[in-house]
Amino acid sequence: MNSNNLQTIYVMWLREMKRFFRAKSRVIGTLAMPFFFLFTMGFGFNSGFSLPGISSNINYIDYLVPGIIGMTMLFTSMSAGISVLWDKEFGFLKEIMVAPVSRVAIVLGRIAGGVTTALIQGILILILSLFMGFKITNPLSILLGVVFMILIGIGFIGFGVAIASIMEDTQGFSLIMQFIIFPIFLLSGTFFPITNFPNWLRPFSYIDPLTYGIDGLRGSLIGFSQFSLVLDLTVLVIFSLAMVVLGAWFFNKTEV
Amino acid sequence: MNIIEVKNLTKEFDGFKAVDNISFDVEEGEIFGLLGPNGAGKTTTIKMLTTLLTPTSGEGRVCGFDILKERDKVRNSIGIVFQEPALDNRLTGRENLDFHARLYGLDKKTRQKRIEEVLEMVELKDKADIIVRDYSGGMQRRLEIARGLMHYPKVLFLDEPTLGLDAQTRRHIWDYILKLNQREKITIILTTHYMEEADYLCRRMAIIDFGRIVALDTPENLKNILGGDVISVEVEPAEKAFSAFQKIPWAKKVTQHNGVIDLNCEQGEKKIPLLMKIDQKELGFEIKSISLRKPTLEDVFLHFTGKTIREAEASNNEKNKKRMRRRVRK
Repeated sequence: MNSNNLQTIYVMWLREMKRFFRAKSRVIGTLAMPFFFLFTMGFGFNSGFSLPGISSNINYIDYLVPGIIGMTMLFTSMSAGISVLWDKEFGFLKEIMVAPVSRVAIVLGRIAGGVTTALIQGILILILSLFMGFKITNPLSILLGVVFMILIGIGFIGFGVAIASIMEDTQGFSLIMQFIIFPIFLLSGTFFPITNFPNWLRPFSYIDPLTYGIDGLRGSLIGFSQFSLVLDLTVLVIFSLAMVVLGAWFFNKTEV
Repeated sequence: MNIIEVKNLTKEFDGFKAVDNISFDVEEGEIFGLLGPNGAGKTTTIKMLTTLLTPTSGEGRVCGFDILKERDKVRNSIGIVFQEPALDNRLTGRENLDFHARLYGLDKKTRQKRIEEVLEMVELKDKADIIVRDYSGGMQRRLEIARGLMHYPKVLFLDEPTLGLDAQTRRHIWDYILKLNQREKITIILTTHYMEEADYLCRRMAIIDFGRIVALDTPENLKNILGGDVISVEVEPAEKAFSAFQKIPWAKKVTQHNGVIDLNCEQGEKKIPLLMKIDQKELGFEIKSISLRKPTLEDVFLHFTGKTIREAEASNNEKNKKRMRRRVRK
């Protein structure tokens, strides 16, 4: 990768940062939903009884927090990826597309920017959860958690870029919310173990990449996971690489 | 020297030829115009020359670089102002320019110097640190022109540079365009469907209709083709008068559109009395009004396409709507 491509990645990242820190209301808006889930579910289910599938020596709030962080990463990453669509709508994508720079570098820059902002929001949720009684046993585990957060981020931003590149305008945006993002979120085991799903539903959880992201977050943050961390990590690395390629490929084909 | 060379360029969408086998050259340093109604294929042509669209067939060279094989070199040597705004309206004017400069690989020193220069040129220096969302339409357009100039392009493409702007702002933009053509020695190629804009700015222009170039010359030469004056006669019923007028020996050309008949002739003021001597009752029509004028580009357009630019737009809009509906259904 030559210095020109690095410069492209950097300038795309820089733009994302400027927009992020300027749009405080939007940040509060995207953080509100995971926070409300954390707040209500955390207090609602934390009153002594244990949910089926979770061992009784784990507090529900500890079980819930990694799920909520995964959810935050999903929503912020998808919206970062889909922002290609807003650039299309507002015409700015043309400015990017006529520049003498590599399309892959543009996608990588967008991913770098999106991962940074998503990570900031995920960590904000993690900090908030500390006030709700979430306990981190080993500070080093946060580092592993961050690795999982970054992989979830890369994967879903790439996915979002691919979708946004195919769509012609913002008309189908709510369809994507309802039929892609929400199922991914609800099947991933955010609130309860996926083993609680009936047999026919469970395969859908197994093909949901976020399942492994949240399982990995749980494994690294609270030491409780359904799969081995190696499996989680492997699935996520493959998923995120595949999505970067897919996103870059579709983005390359967009005509503005 | 030709800075742009276009040869048999064609673009089809779903079997519809938006640009149909056009060829033209643009000389270095001139302001060249593509004049035509909406939907005539001007923007599609610009998009192909700026590497945003791939031509179905034909070839083009910009600054000596092939628009298909040397895309990045083409991109590096051109600046573009699009028809619709293409600014990041959450960034300030200066940040938009800075983003652009970095994307085109300008180093820090050049970047800072050039930003000041282009801001000066479009008189936006005192507004540079305001978020673009709060700019007026004219300011946004000026900022886009400034941005198009940032990386010292050799050619600047302006797609309908004054669309949707009020008359006064339009005048201002015209002055900026002339100024930077002279001061920066930059070649400018612009599209417009405003006759007076093409007349005021362009050294040479091509008239485009249905994706084809129907005429290409300087505005003066194009007007001279019509020869002399134009007498417009409003008459009822137009058909009867039309056949009668066609027999007039001094009329070089007789055209009819919307109940108005245009007669091209020399010394028009002396021909009006002759017109009045025609026995209207016997031929069965009635002259409602007569006006005399020097030919404008509007007449030139009418001459080459058989309709005024407004009529052409109305029919094109209808066609485009149908095409859009087809695309939606697909």
